[in-house]
Amino acid sequence: MLNRRNFLRASLAVGGGMLLSARIPLGAYAATLGKASPDAVSLNAYVRIAPDGKITITAKNPECGQGIKIMLPMLIAEELDVAWADVQIEQADLDPRYPAQIAGGSQATPVNWLPLRQVGAAGRQMLIAAAAAEWNAPATDCTTSPGQVLHAASGRSLSYGELATKAATLPVPNLKTVPLKDPKTFNIIGKPTRNIEVPRIVTGQPMFGIDVSVPGMLYAVFQKCDVHGGKLIGSNVAAIRTLPGVRAAFEVKGGKDLHGLLDGVAVVADSWWQANRARQQLEITWDEGDIAGQSSSDFAATANRMAAGNPEIILRRDGDVNAGFGKATHVLEAAYHYPFLSHIDLEPQNCTASFADGKVEIWAPTQNPAPGSKLVAATLGIRESAIKVHMVRAGGGFGRRLSNDYMVEAAWISKVAGAPVKLLWTREDDMRHDFYRPAGYHFFKGGLDADGNLVALSDHFVTFSLDGAVANSADMGPAEYPARMIENLEFGASLIPLRAPTGPMRAPRSNGLGFAFQSFLDELAHAAGKDPVAFALNILGKPRLLPDPPGPRAGPGFDTGRMAGVIKLVAEKSGWGKEKLPSGTGMGLAYYFSHLGYFAEVVKATVSGAGAITVDKVWVAGDIGSQIINPLNAENQAQGAALDGIGAALGQAVLIDGGKVVQGNFDTVLPLRMRQAPPVEVHFLVTDHPPTGLGEPALPPALPALANAIFAATGKRIRSLPLKDHDLSTTA
Amino acid sequence: MQYTITVNGVPHSVDIDGETPVLWVLRDTLDLKGTKFGCGAAQCGACTVHLNGLPIRSCQMPIAAVGDAAITTIEAIGQTKVGQHVQAAWIDLDVPQCGYCQAGQIMSATALLTRVPAPTDHDINEAMSGNVCRCATYTRIRAAIKRAAEAGRA
Repeated sequence: MLNRRNFLRASLAVGGGMLLSARIPLGAYAATLGKASPDAVSLNAYVRIAPDGKITITAKNPECGQGIKIMLPMLIAEELDVAWADVQIEQADLDPRYPAQIAGGSQATPVNWLPLRQVGAAGRQMLIAAAAAEWNAPATDCTTSPGQVLHAASGRSLSYGELATKAATLPVPNLKTVPLKDPKTFNIIGKPTRNIEVPRIVTGQPMFGIDVSVPGMLYAVFQKCDVHGGKLIGSNVAAIRTLPGVRAAFEVKGGKDLHGLLDGVAVVADSWWQANRARQQLEITWDEGDIAGQSSSDFAATANRMAAGNPEIILRRDGDVNAGFGKATHVLEAAYHYPFLSHIDLEPQNCTASFADGKVEIWAPTQNPAPGSKLVAATLGIRESAIKVHMVRAGGGFGRRLSNDYMVEAAWISKVAGAPVKLLWTREDDMRHDFYRPAGYHFFKGGLDADGNLVALSDHFVTFSLDGAVANSADMGPAEYPARMIENLEFGASLIPLRAPTGPMRAPRSNGLGFAFQSFLDELAHAAGKDPVAFALNILGKPRLLPDPPGPRAGPGFDTGRMAGVIKLVAEKSGWGKEKLPSGTGMGLAYYFSHLGYFAEVVKATVSGAGAITVDKVWVAGDIGSQIINPLNAENQAQGAALDGIGAALGQAVLIDGGKVVQGNFDTVLPLRMRQAPPVEVHFLVTDHPPTGLGEPALPPALPALANAIFAATGKRIRSLPLKDHDLSTTA
Repeated sequence: MQYTITVNGVPHSVDIDGETPVLWVLRDTLDLKGTKFGCGAAQCGACTVHLNGLPIRSCQMPIAAVGDAAITTIEAIGQTKVGQHVQAAWIDLDVPQCGYCQAGQIMSATALLTRVPAPTDHDINEAMSGNVCRCATYTRIRAAIKRAAEAGRA
């Protein structure tokens, strides 16, 4: 039956039992974010209870290693009150009934925390009602234990499997008022829960996008212009068709949208090796246009020139920053820089598509399938209803797979080749055709009073524009820390025109801004003669909520007390200031609020006389609210995020020269390796706030904490990344 | 050209260009998809398999160079005692995030533990630094290798 008010539907499942489906307005999400309700948006959950008592829960979101395929079903299973061992999880396809199928922004926890629990609780209430009717007893006398309804007075019990078919015919409860469990009684939420996919992973079962195989499938590669957006003039494609194994080779004329289908040459063969071999014989003439004039060295020179003038845009102005500097007893200026970065997902971009009879079926390791489907429809000139997208496990996402360029390429190539194709990029394709984390230049000035208080701060942020607008993920908001806590403050920005594609990367904006601001704040602490922990707590002041300025990213505000809480916790756990460290060893602190999570981190590092860096240990303290849903995965995510930051800080940069990305593989963009990876100790501060996400917020403090540790170890201030470009040696 | 290679104890006859790397023979000819492609340049270790028990990067090994050597892949590593211990430790400690690199990690870890049953941190660093984990699950990989070593002594 259907209750139209809360969109919960119960029906008989095929083969017996109950199928629960819910369509819930995202009020809870809106409340968490402090936003008005996006009333057109809704969530869905599907739960099937079979007559044998097995529970099947649909995992609606893409899985790329963040553990969401386990976590969302945990929320339903808890309130339904079933044994986790009886739960089976099925991956959903892209389905218009699930509007929030995205892995991004650490949003899945705040979005789903209440609604999915309500779905489970409603199912439990219906099973109780079914049992009560069977026994002719009041529902209030019935309770549940995992998988069954109990009537204590008579000692009777019925399993969920026995009750499911009957329950499916009963009225559905109101989701808004359905009682939820007291968190103290949770059996699943808060318990370390293993990822059910691991047995398949460790035995090498096919499960990733690259493993997809469909009947009659051929293999494809696609050569685009390494100068982003370059246009194809001509090629020797006819000669390529005669090479071994090649079934088709053709030129593709694409559009201007760097996220869409671009110009290139496709080679389709019986095996991927043959396709890629044939590709090496390609000779293509490109029109590189004016894009080829772009280079990283020019960007740096332009940034310095812009910094000498006034910012083009004022982002925020509090008090009178120049008067503040005038009154300060000590004024510090410093220029910071962070580079472009590539996402380097370990599974190179790929997609399998089968186009036939005006319809296309797609198997995509994507974080964001819905825009991909729209892109394919628009590019191929077909309706979205003619497109079926299967979401396949992705070998890493980190934001790269929020774009669906590989999806439209595979669909187009399948259509032209007249066969199902698996398109697979090489590592070089992946690194040279990314949506890069934008580089940034920060020209800071800070003023300290006689007591060492920060009384004035300015930042001239030189960033990038694309087609006249700030480039994707290259912006900075007016609430950037420590705005709202400094009397005289000015943030301004100037824009360098860029032709390379940029996009979100794990903890977008924060991953660069955190390095620049938290490093400069450490510099100011030392200039003030203060301990960085004390300096931070002094800026934060007394616990209070600072509301966000209005704007597209306005959230619930910044809670100074929560930030101070994790700083104190990480100081305590790391033994901050307690230990006399040997010469060449230092500890650095950094803290950052992003994606609704408060994180403070301490890095201990040693620099040898020859300048070699050893990261000895990382301590992470995080406040993501009242409940760590899956502690086993939470620790893994926080450790991974912190080490991701360490790896990027040590060895990663993408340089542009002549409009092309210089680097192509892991010999020049250095991923973190085992011998560099320190132990990471993770602590969560449980506070009385709604649970929030963990994919991203543990990353930003890691980079500046490392840079600040190197300063503590050597006295050398790190004002640019990566560290591999710095000479830290002290011996001649 | 015709080549006969022994994979996981089973001889396979394939008609293929001798320069084809073992990685692609495994994945696309023999349909053994557990071995992964990550860089094509022996930089990431995702394609690690055993050749006569020693870890190699299969993206750099042409099929013509295999000869009579026995190839073992992730699909069959559980047939050895050490491989079983490693797989069990990976499950027990919930090592993977995305999981893409883990087949290669397990192949390198199994080769290490077969050679050095009680590895030190230094041994682990030396044996495992050719395998990139982009999710950076290194803390747990290290712990799982030690767990598997303990299981081997029990």
